[in-house]
Amino acid sequence: MRLQLIQVAYLASSVLFIFSLYWMNHPRTARRGVFAGVAGMTLAILGTLLQPGISHWGLIGGAVALGFLVGIPLSWVPLTAVPQRTALSHAFGGLAAGLVGIAKYYLLLGEDPGHLTRFLMTAIVTEVILGFLTFTGSLMAAGKLQELRWIPQRPVTYPGQNAVNLALLGIAVLAGIGLILRPEELSYLFPVVIVLSLVFGVLLIIPIGGADMPTVISLLNSYAGLAAVAMGFVLDNKLLVIAGALDGSSGLILSIIMCKAMNRSFGNVLFGAFGQVQAKAAAGEAKIAKSETAEGAAQILEEASLVVIVPGYGMAVAQAQHRVRELYDQLTKRGVDVRFAIHPVAGRMPGHMNVLLAEADIPYEKLVEMDDMNPDMPQVDVVLVIGANDVVNPAARHDKASPIFGMPIIDADKARTCFAIKRSMNPGFAGIENELYFAEHTYMLFGDAKAVVGEIVKQLAGTGGH
Amino acid sequence: MTRRVVLCAFAGMGWALAAQAGETAPAVPSSGSTFIDLLFVFVLATFIGLGVITRVSRLLHTPLMSLTNAISAIAIVGSLVIAGQDHSTVINVLGAVAIFASMTNIVSGFLITDRMLKMFKQQKEGDSK
Repeated sequence: MRLQLIQVAYLASSVLFIFSLYWMNHPRTARRGVFAGVAGMTLAILGTLLQPGISHWGLIGGAVALGFLVGIPLSWVPLTAVPQRTALSHAFGGLAAGLVGIAKYYLLLGEDPGHLTRFLMTAIVTEVILGFLTFTGSLMAAGKLQELRWIPQRPVTYPGQNAVNLALLGIAVLAGIGLILRPEELSYLFPVVIVLSLVFGVLLIIPIGGADMPTVISLLNSYAGLAAVAMGFVLDNKLLVIAGALDGSSGLILSIIMCKAMNRSFGNVLFGAFGQVQAKAAAGEAKIAKSETAEGAAQILEEASLVVIVPGYGMAVAQAQHRVRELYDQLTKRGVDVRFAIHPVAGRMPGHMNVLLAEADIPYEKLVEMDDMNPDMPQVDVVLVIGANDVVNPAARHDKASPIFGMPIIDADKARTCFAIKRSMNPGFAGIENELYFAEHTYMLFGDAKAVVGEIVKQLAGTGGH
Repeated sequence: MTRRVVLCAFAGMGWALAAQAGETAPAVPSSGSTFIDLLFVFVLATFIGLGVITRVSRLLHTPLMSLTNAISAIAIVGSLVIAGQDHSTVINVLGAVAIFASMTNIVSGFLITDRMLKMFKQQKEGDSK
């Protein structure tokens, strides 16, 4: 009876999780999704605690309390730090899966080795490999995003890197297969698999640059979900399988969207070591970019009827989103239509820019996707590029030699006038010179994004009301 | 890309079936459901996931990720079983650490998702001035 009750609770919990994700299809219903998720999780935990043979309440209570102690402050991070928080929580997810895998293996090895069937061992090995590589990989990603001093920001590469990585993974998989076939005799291989997975996670992330972080985070999200699925297979728990599959497919879809938005494949992101500064300089004549003052920009913005702002990671770094909101206010007050064109890979994780702009109280109807904005670009009076670079580089459309050739971009160069705020003429993360800056109707606004936008706002406010 | 995913899935299933074919003992001990049951659940849940996630608003991809983070911390269910049953202390402690990690994800995941979603506002009536 009690067992059936638990299964019913798990079933209800699965349904709630599906609804939780379903309600994310619109900002209006999205908060309902969170409540459904919380309800589902509560049901699942209560159901599990009903299981016969659960004791050690002190240990469980302590771990739960500690989880709250760490989890609550982690939810207060500034929104610019959300990518590293997300990476950190993928690490926690991987760790939990890996630890449960270890515990289950040694438990059965000691008490009941007959039950270490090939199927169960396959699930355990998968769980441990995925769990631990997600753990260290996500920690590395979080460290890179947090810009910790002892983690190199630029991709670290060396000759034969991919061969080393693949060999390492190959050995881990071979050891895993050994374990699957002979779980008792070859039990010494288990720690080998753990260590190799941990090391592989680190090595996998080292060569990846900041611009690829959105894809990598999505991929790690998927791995964390699949580790939970493997745990479900190990523990014979359908709820784990369902919730893990939902998470896994979510990460997969986000990774695919990110890859498409960069016109690259998974393999290329993981093993391509993008983001090294291109050695060969642009051949030929030195090109000159024109610059403009905040005052001049303010005048042109004021007279525009349609202004499109293209935000990028630079806006997040400079914490300029609130100044951007003031600019938005000043311009809408004058009857200017202001929209934001968001590239899928702008920022350091999927949807990063949307959250930052929402934080600054920009209504979400004004946040327009790249594909919806581009057809209207020729009608746009002014494009203001704030801290974005590669996503507006026209070279992606026509220069076959460019590393970003083929990547879909926001056609900022097709607008009548383009302003680009930039600290200096240094190339962006991909290390590619941006043709947009040398275009005829492009004017550079040099300086920190926050300061420059603030200056424009001041100019507009000064002339306010005409 | 989709084709490759499907191929990988089939390869995984093939391997798992081969692994199971070699078994003499029942595939999953001490439980009601077989490996095939779980595989059904996994494949169907993945399809539901793909269907539901493709409909998620692109505005909300960051909150989506923190929400799925919290949901995949369902691993707490397994951790509770490992920590709660009578095993050696080491095993129980491993389970407790896993509970801690999952609980952190649940708490911070749901809280930060809600915090972000609260920020998404529609244009107010009197906003255009």
